[in-house]
Amino acid sequence: MRKNTTNRLLIAGAALVAITGSLFSCRTTGSQSGPISTDAATAVYVPPGSYDEFYAFMSGGFSGQVTVHGLPSGRLIKTVPVFSQHAENGYGYSEETKALLNTTFGFVPWDDSHHPELSQTNGVPDGRWLFINGNNTPRIARIDLTRFETEEIIQIPNSAGNHASPFITPNSEYVVASTRFSVPIPQKDISISEYKGNFKGTITFVKADSPGEMDIAFQILVPGYNYDLSHSGKGASYGWSFFTTYNTEEANTLLEVNASRNDKDFVAAVNWKRAEECVANGSAQTMPADYVHNYVDERRIAVSEEKSGVKVLNPADCSGLIYFLPTPKSPHGVDVDPSGEYIVAGGKLATVIPVHSFSKMIAAIESESFEGVVDGIPVLQYDAVLAGEVEDPGLGPLHTEFDGKGYAYTTAFISSEIVKWEIGTWKVVDRIPTYYSVGHLMIPGGDSQKPWGKYMVALNKITKDRYLPTGPELAHAAQLIDISGDKMRLLLDFPTMGEPHYAQGIEASVIKDKQVRMFSIQENTSPYAIKSEDEARVERDGNEVHVYMSTIRTHFVPDNIEGIRAGDKVYFHVTNLEQDWDVPHGFAVLGARTSELLVMPGETRTIVWKPQGPGVYPFYCTDFCSALHQEMQGYIRVGAEGSTRPLAFSTGN
Amino acid sequence: MLIAFVTPIWKIKLDAPQYPEGLGMQIRINSITGEGENDLQNINGLNHYIGMKRIEPDSIRELKLMPWILGILAAAALLCAATGNRRLLYLWTAAFLIVAVIGLVDFYLWEFDYGHNLDLEHASIKIPGMSYQPPLLGSKKLLNFTAYSWPGIGGLAVFASLVIAVVTSFLEFRTSRKTTLA
Repeated sequence: MRKNTTNRLLIAGAALVAITGSLFSCRTTGSQSGPISTDAATAVYVPPGSYDEFYAFMSGGFSGQVTVHGLPSGRLIKTVPVFSQHAENGYGYSEETKALLNTTFGFVPWDDSHHPELSQTNGVPDGRWLFINGNNTPRIARIDLTRFETEEIIQIPNSAGNHASPFITPNSEYVVASTRFSVPIPQKDISISEYKGNFKGTITFVKADSPGEMDIAFQILVPGYNYDLSHSGKGASYGWSFFTTYNTEEANTLLEVNASRNDKDFVAAVNWKRAEECVANGSAQTMPADYVHNYVDERRIAVSEEKSGVKVLNPADCSGLIYFLPTPKSPHGVDVDPSGEYIVAGGKLATVIPVHSFSKMIAAIESESFEGVVDGIPVLQYDAVLAGEVEDPGLGPLHTEFDGKGYAYTTAFISSEIVKWEIGTWKVVDRIPTYYSVGHLMIPGGDSQKPWGKYMVALNKITKDRYLPTGPELAHAAQLIDISGDKMRLLLDFPTMGEPHYAQGIEASVIKDKQVRMFSIQENTSPYAIKSEDEARVERDGNEVHVYMSTIRTHFVPDNIEGIRAGDKVYFHVTNLEQDWDVPHGFAVLGARTSELLVMPGETRTIVWKPQGPGVYPFYCTDFCSALHQEMQGYIRVGAEGSTRPLAFSTGN
Repeated sequence: MLIAFVTPIWKIKLDAPQYPEGLGMQIRINSITGEGENDLQNINGLNHYIGMKRIEPDSIRELKLMPWILGILAAAALLCAATGNRRLLYLWTAAFLIVAVIGLVDFYLWEFDYGHNLDLEHASIKIPGMSYQPPLLGSKKLLNFTAYSWPGIGGLAVFASLVIAVVTSFLEFRTSRKTTLA
């Protein structure tokens, strides 16, 4: 008997060891080598001298910029400065670019950029422009994709925390903006505890299809919730835009608890075609609101215009403008399938993914299947609009993209995985772990009517052990996943810059052949340009000195300057006379408290320098331009304040 | 020969590691232009490192004479054909041959001048014994560049005309000999 018990204990112990062992081995293969099959390397290998298949545009998050990677290699090929000054090329420092960062708050040299969005034609990314939101100081930027340069930034008035932005309509009619943080509108000094009823949200439609002419088309005043994310309707649902809300509790403190009380929050469905009608028939009020619009003009110089007054629609004055679709548990992402029929919302704390049907929504509106009205906005019945629920979607579903082949892919932040499910049956067909805690995901064209359903990128929030450690701050991790087959297949890890939230991807051929290689010096219309070395000169106007300087391999004209005085404000207008591909020149001068300049062929850029004391100051080319790059330098002689030495300049004497 | 009025007579192409797309020059009957919009300017820019003279099409007298010379030769060819005068044909062929030889020699001399007559005072790159004369025909390595030189369509057309002229003259000469003998 006793022996029997011992034996049983031994067997139980052995079983425990076996189970634990299998758990460990499972974890090892599951998270490390298992998903990587040997041919993954060839799937992401882009041979030297070859191009990637796709451009991927990653938001920089707290870097305020956009980074451009090639897929499938994951190689970083460009940082496009947008909302943050970029000393690397003088963006936000040079006289030609400073104005892009102007706002009603003054010059704001940083932002938090979240969601890149490619321009579209007929619901398909067309590669003309990339838009991206500034979250902290509500703004939207437009980047030209023939130059990969920020060319326009518009400030969003009556807003705070521009998060659900800049999701685009299918023909680039509008990009949207909204208030993540509801605030008093118009702003006023009011107790925070009086949030309910006094704080409001706005949903903004920004005219987007005309470069240099972005403007606030109209705003919709909405209840004081948090407006989180958006996507536009397309195909069947063309003319509508969808926004998630949370904090329908209207809490003003400890939101992690207080904004998680309601069983359901809302997806707001906005009929922007109806909004256009209401604006046209005079239902909108003009509200005083100041904002700034910055754009690069035909001289390639950024200018700012101060604007005032926006058209604001109150839902009570424009019936049929907006409806609320009840959606479980603080929904985050809202994504529309390629057909436009299904609206998928990821409830951060939900146990299912609800999929709303656009046609059922229209039917519910027609039959007035309302369960209530909030601030003049009808709330539709959940069951009347629901197409289906995806069961067991992972914990913390956030964002969904589509492959154009009948499947949707949803990220689950808490369980750190991506689940693939079938549209129509709402059944999960595959799942793959991510490393770790995936936020957005991106399939090139995956939020459009025509996804390129070959690759998927997981954009993860936590990195931990994926790369060589670099102190406390680690690069964020992205994972490239092959979605061309039935089973998802992990191909590659690659680090990203800043914190990519969302991303966009597009087949390389749409963009690569449209690239500007240089600017024509003959067509340079900058008033500070010089067309040849003969025009180089130095002019004084009081204590302002203008140096009209040229660069060409491998010298500056002029490269000896005398007659500058301490306290002068010296403008270096540097024109790069090169007309050759990939030959920028740089300009840096000792004692500059700004940045360098990087001047593209045929371009003129200006930096201001204020010498503080007498002496001789060297300047030089910062971009290794030729074999004699190290010879590309010059000197400026600075006299004491009040010195009467006349201006003199030369090269080669 | 009239083809040479509308197409390049000669082409020079330069390849280097930094110029995978290449730089090119076209010599036409009355001009020298870059293959790409800025190629000539960039070739001149690169040449300044070795002290080579700028290639300024306006200062090359031959470009002004060439249309006349080729024009007169073409007109003479038509005259030969119209008159059917055998002696005129011989004369024309001889003139054509002489012009062609002078043309090639002249082209060679220009290349020699550009390649050897360097302003070493202002040259950054000075390599003792090195000259930069591009080849008349074929390819040649010049520092990091490989220079290729070959006739363009116009040049080939002129060459073809010349061959036809010589062959015609030869045939005519043989026929006339036979006729005389008979």
